Amino acid sequence: MNLEFGSEYDEFTNEVEEFCKEYSGAVITSNDKKFEMHDALSGNSSRKSGKSVGRSEWQKLLIEKGYFARSIPKEYGGYGGEPDIIKSRIIAGAFAKYKVPNAMGGQGIDMLVPTLLEWGTEEQKQQYIESTLHGETIWCQGYSEPNAGSDLASLQTKGELIDGKWVINGQKIWTSTAQFSQMMFCLVRTEPEASKHAGISFILIPMDTPGIEIRPLVDMTLKAGFNEVFFDDVTVPEENIVGKRGEGWSVANSVLGHERGSLANPNVTLNRLNTLINLMKEETIDGRRLIDVASYRDRLLQVQGKVLAAQAHSLRLLSAKINPGQNVKLGGMIQKLVGTELRHELEGLAIDIMGELGTLYEDDPNVRGGGSWQFTYMYFLGLIIGGGTNQIQKNIISERGLGMPREPKVQVEV
Amino acid sequence: MYFGLSEEQESIQDFVKKFLADNASVDEIRKIANGEGEELEKNIFDGILNLGINTLLIPEEHNGLGAGLLHAVAVAQALGAGVGPIPFVGSYVMAPIAINLGGSEEQKNNYLPKIASNELRFGIGMSEFVGAREDAGIEFSKNKLNGRALFVLDAENSDFIILANKSGNIFLINAKDKGVKINKLTTVDKTRSFHEILLENVNAEILALTEDNNEIAKKVIDAGRIILAADTVGASEAMVEKAVTYSKERKQFNRTIGSFQAVKHMCAEMAADLEPCYSLVWQAAYSFDTEEVSSSRLLACQSKSHTSEVGKMISKKATEVHGGMGFTDLLGLHYWFKRIGLNRQILGAPEIVREEAAELQGFNQ
Repeated sequence: MNLEFGSEYDEFTNEVEEFCKEYSGAVITSNDKKFEMHDALSGNSSRKSGKSVGRSEWQKLLIEKGYFARSIPKEYGGYGGEPDIIKSRIIAGAFAKYKVPNAMGGQGIDMLVPTLLEWGTEEQKQQYIESTLHGETIWCQGYSEPNAGSDLASLQTKGELIDGKWVINGQKIWTSTAQFSQMMFCLVRTEPEASKHAGISFILIPMDTPGIEIRPLVDMTLKAGFNEVFFDDVTVPEENIVGKRGEGWSVANSVLGHERGSLANPNVTLNRLNTLINLMKEETIDGRRLIDVASYRDRLLQVQGKVLAAQAHSLRLLSAKINPGQNVKLGGMIQKLVGTELRHELEGLAIDIMGELGTLYEDDPNVRGGGSWQFTYMYFLGLIIGGGTNQIQKNIISERGLGMPREPKVQVEV
Repeated sequence: MYFGLSEEQESIQDFVKKFLADNASVDEIRKIANGEGEELEKNIFDGILNLGINTLLIPEEHNGLGAGLLHAVAVAQALGAGVGPIPFVGSYVMAPIAINLGGSEEQKNNYLPKIASNELRFGIGMSEFVGAREDAGIEFSKNKLNGRALFVLDAENSDFIILANKSGNIFLINAKDKGVKINKLTTVDKTRSFHEILLENVNAEILALTEDNNEIAKKVIDAGRIILAADTVGASEAMVEKAVTYSKERKQFNRTIGSFQAVKHMCAEMAADLEPCYSLVWQAAYSFDTEEVSSSRLLACQSKSHTSEVGKMISKKATEVHGGMGFTDLLGLHYWFKRIGLNRQILGAPEIVREEAAELQGFNQ
């Protein structure tokens, strides 16, 4: 066991810390409503005291410094550095420590960019990556359908190649940020004769294409912004396919693992825990600080035990990336399940200790933390269900991690 | 950067696991638990001692291995996994740490080499310092100890016993002193021994550096808690493995029960909560070995209380996966259930330890 990163990283750490001190508590300005709740989700401080920077300007500054898009090649708008997990960790740690706002994430940056780097044509990389990194092209993901949720590969949205163009008909659901997006990356059934998994293609669709209708799907938070998206003879160029016809399932799966891991970042969870501790020191009941109420305090300490375990565990997973041969297969599979449940529990504890005050929401003048506790509590229930429900996660852990048998196929009665 | 057990640590862990697998089957554990396996118990003890577990935490200048607590954690996981019926946390972790940190040069020279050479064995009782139950309490005056100590660890067959009082002074007594009465407590866990010790004008020496300093007693307890946490993690791992194995063999409704989601999900929940526990306990031990108390003590407390909670859940669910067989003595699953149950209470139950952790962080005024 050795938790030192080594003296060769000292200079880099100092450089990152200097930058973070300068931008500590910075405010990212944006006219877009979609970033409203971004801060609570990403753990960015709600107490803004630092510089004010525009969204796109911030993205560009972080790329220039190599604190974002670090290993993405320069010709596509990235920093062009060697992948270095330790440096990424140092950056994430310093940003959290100094409450520096993280770079914008989202499905374009987190999922589409890595997908294009792996599967895209040179033209596609040139055309899309840079503007996505700058936050100028926003993407939404068209995967789930009303009848294709946990069983995603049964999706039915149809794509036909007619006169050198894809003509798409069907419906997607749970499409977050569709109403703000310029582009969608979409799974479409293009080979109806092929088997379930081999009949899907991965197609890029401009959201201003005629025939697309977006209907907001209001969720329990009233804010998060899912949509239903309908396609009626939506026509896009043939070259908008990523990978070959019928390869869509493999293209999509090459980055799905990444999404599961990123749903509950332990650094963010630790920041939220610290915010909760401060809340318990500030709020009172009958004049007593909430942290002085033994039953509340014990629940806080229970959650802290889980957060510390998650923190330690993320170090072990990091170690396995640096040290080939270290086996953490099962350790990696549990992250989505454990991380989302923990975050939901933590946010829920904040509501419980506030009692009646914890029910205040939205623009109530007495609401605490801008309503972020209730919002995040509900949002994480969404994440427990989304990205592969936690029940599906348990199937994966038991089957692939523990080697337990699959559920036998049931004879379908017609 | 490397987060995990070293090859050397994994290797001693594997040796202990293999030795217990070969020499301490459930039938053999049952014999020992029923008091019919004295010879067996001695053979297991001698065999594991041959692996050098008594020398781990003795500094090299006193003829020990001079290893850190993480080494002992590796061993404790293996002992928990095999419900090893031998003394460890008291005799070979807490006692040597107490003497090494609290003893004068003379005391260290007197005792540490003899633990390393297996000439002397120590039991240790610190329950009063953690939180006294009933009328437990010892008093020291004029080099004599009087009173009653409860839940003394590993006192069976020990030559000396180390005891802490409420203030965290640590004393050493000869177990054969005529004023010492040692009564075995009948606990649920028959794989390890716990004793009540009654003292009447017993000659005692105080560990020199503990005279006006309870930091040493706290550090000894930190170590004990981390080792008990590791024991629970090991025992929990074994229970999950047994549950998964059983679910792949047992058939009902013409299917292995492991193909039912109800069973699979229980196993996944156990594995998901257990995985981060390894990380937590290893980090706690690493922190104990290398960092200031200000950062290591919180991890020691939280690893004890968190693994106790996870262990409790696992010991219940793993038993349920076994159905009626899990409830019987035939499978002997209950030895693991009880070991985890005992680890939970000793050296501070979760609520007690969490309250200490809160105090450390200045939460309660």
